[in-house]
Amino acid sequence: MTKVLMKGNEAIAEAAIKAGCRAYFCYPITPQSEVAEYMAKRMPEVDGVFLQGESEVGVGNMLFGAAATGRRVFSTSSSPGISLMQESISYMAGAQLPVVLVNIMRGGPGLGGILPAQSDYFQSVKGGGHGDYRLLVLAPSTIQEAVDLMMLSFHLADKYRNPVMMIGDGMIGQMMEPVEFPDKYEEPPLPDKPWALTGAAGRKAQVVKSLFLDPIMLEKNSWLLHEKYEQMKLNETRFELYKVNPKNEILIISYGTMARICQTAIDELEEHGISVGLFRPVSLFPFPEQQLLKAATQKGVKAVLTVEMSTAQMHEDVQRIVMGKTPTEFFGRTGGVVPSPQEVIDQVMGLLDKYPGKKKAQHSASKSKKAQGK
Amino acid sequence: MADNSKTIFARPDSMTENITHYCPGCTHGIIHRLVAEALDDLGVREKTVGVAPVGCSVLAYNYFNCDFLEAPHGRAPALATGFKRLRPDMIVFTYQGDGDLASIGGNEILHTANRGEKVTTIFVNNAIYGMTGGQMAPTTLPGQITTTSPAGRDTVSTGYPLRISELLSTLATPSYIERVSVHTPMNIVKAKKAIRRAFEYQLEGRCFSLVEVLSTCPTNWGITPGESTKWLDENMVPFFPLGVFKEPENMA
Amino acid sequence: MSQYEVTFAGFGGQGIMTAGQLLSYAGIAEDKQVVWIPSYGPEMRGGTAYCTVVVSKTRIGSPIISNPRCICVFNRPSFDKFEPMVKAGGLLIVNSSLINSTSDREDIRTLYVPANEMAIKAGNPKSSNIVVLGALIGASEVVKYDSIEKTIEKKLGHKKEALESNLKVLKQGYELGRKAMKKKAKV
Repeated sequence: MTKVLMKGNEAIAEAAIKAGCRAYFCYPITPQSEVAEYMAKRMPEVDGVFLQGESEVGVGNMLFGAAATGRRVFSTSSSPGISLMQESISYMAGAQLPVVLVNIMRGGPGLGGILPAQSDYFQSVKGGGHGDYRLLVLAPSTIQEAVDLMMLSFHLADKYRNPVMMIGDGMIGQMMEPVEFPDKYEEPPLPDKPWALTGAAGRKAQVVKSLFLDPIMLEKNSWLLHEKYEQMKLNETRFELYKVNPKNEILIISYGTMARICQTAIDELEEHGISVGLFRPVSLFPFPEQQLLKAATQKGVKAVLTVEMSTAQMHEDVQRIVMGKTPTEFFGRTGGVVPSPQEVIDQVMGLLDKYPGKKKAQHSASKSKKAQGK
Repeated sequence: MADNSKTIFARPDSMTENITHYCPGCTHGIIHRLVAEALDDLGVREKTVGVAPVGCSVLAYNYFNCDFLEAPHGRAPALATGFKRLRPDMIVFTYQGDGDLASIGGNEILHTANRGEKVTTIFVNNAIYGMTGGQMAPTTLPGQITTTSPAGRDTVSTGYPLRISELLSTLATPSYIERVSVHTPMNIVKAKKAIRRAFEYQLEGRCFSLVEVLSTCPTNWGITPGESTKWLDENMVPFFPLGVFKEPENMA
Repeated sequence: MSQYEVTFAGFGGQGIMTAGQLLSYAGIAEDKQVVWIPSYGPEMRGGTAYCTVVVSKTRIGSPIISNPRCICVFNRPSFDKFEPMVKAGGLLIVNSSLINSTSDREDIRTLYVPANEMAIKAGNPKSSNIVVLGALIGASEVVKYDSIEKTIEKKLGHKKEALESNLKVLKQGYELGRKAMKKKAKV
């Protein structure tokens, strides 16, 4: 294994191939079109299928058909395109098809902009399409993590027979970092796929569908899905702690690239004697609820600060989970504006003034100026 | 005594024993049978995947004895594309009504035909939305009364019926496109031939194939089955002429 | 300092993105962490394409750097946009072949490099980015000269003539950067 410098979009594409995916369907949209360009070259080399569809509506449904073969299938898009795919995503969740999607998020609503945003949290985590279903949602903060989670996504999709979505902001797609790929993706054994449509030879004809006209049957299917989601909560909760320790005065909750920006802010604050921890959910569904509650209610934590590139979407979950046991505050920029570490530092300093606690004297204005001064 | 009996008519292997839910006088049943007979004749049942639409034939998978996918409204050609691209060794067909194919799925069928996907589409045109209760379809005839065109289809505000076979035959990509009907025994024989040919083209990996089948809907047309076949002959056939619109050979 | 950030800015065709990527590869060769991040979208159409490279001995936090320690500007619009953004105590490298302005800032070091002229003289007019890269390494030690030389050999080795001229201008740029820094040290 050697390190190669790769753009996030290309690394994501290669990771899918490493995970054994041989079918990719797409429709061009900024800022993720490099995935399609990479796949157009790469798929023929591995005897895979590359197809540019007529729209994201078409692409989502091509995935639907392709996934019914039982093989690993994949598509990528960005926010407005993902909106168009919601129909097929709901159907695939209902029909229990494993499929992997990536949303390289841009600012919305509507046509919005093309710069990095995290404003599709609700869409990804809370449904997006109609009906009682969830996606398993993963959010990388580095290109290497995007590669690792990408391969894992294919495994989890098969494990749970459920669509998995990896979401990154435009930066994840556009930036380059050194990455390592395994020669072969090693994964635990998976169940067979007796549901795959392979032709009714030597067995009864079977159907892949989400239609259950009998309400009892539909309810049964919905509870079956629910049970899967409960299993995901037990087994697939992922998160990372950065400098979370008993000295923390503030706990920041942030995911994706935004979490790295917070990390820089936390390092600078540390240099000035202010201890801030970072709780970074890696799986957004299932959300690491218990772990967050634990970190947020550490003794000494005066407030919890959600930082995201949206107008407080994940923050609603943070509030729900922390249940007022620690004050919850929010800072966000959106529309393609990426907060700087300094803005995060300013927010933290503001919170220390707002929630002075016992240590108020230590954080005089002069110190906060020092932290900000450049 | 020697048994001289010979089976001259039986349920095709490609059909299940389920009783269809179609209304009396509806010709979906005939069309289902023609498709099943074609699959039997070509011996491909065990490697076939059908894609059901949303509309009256949404439950088609209950009647065909082969693997099936149930698509979102209008998207059957996209599902067929995805499946066939990964399994070119299998036979894939979509079975779609006029609302499904010509209205909400207009883009999917257009691009599936234009890419020349090696799949077969059975397009059932009865000039009305059946399942939802007789609303105006893109193929509803001028002046035809439906629940959403109570005064008759007004071409000034809703345009003219879409002639899908003619439209798709303008594409440069080779394909086989024929319009048939099932309102008389002779037409049924012709329809059977066309459907079989459509599957043959797919089996040979030649081209996209689409057979448009004019069909009746006595329930929503508000007339008897007998009157329906007459209405189809007198009103639909003149607007939707029968015949072959395109063959891959013509493209050479 | 465990982290160093460089922004390269200019117009399309000046090898801005390539310069950043070469620096990134050199960082990887030294077992350092690197991030390369481009400008994208409509910004790319306004005459100031840019990319930023972060090279660090430790895990890199923010890939977005508002005030990099070094900025290399290749054309006038980039000079106007980025000159104020160099971090205090940092370094500004100006392609003086195409930019006749000078910086008034006293809190940064400024190095003027006639990159286009040097590239043309060396017989490879397209190598102005390599001249600047050389100057950057001479003046900053973000990565070792060896590392960047090896990177260029690896990445451009398949074109012998281009490689020779690139290595030549890299060296010239480097010497220029070194000299300027020594002079500064004497003062």
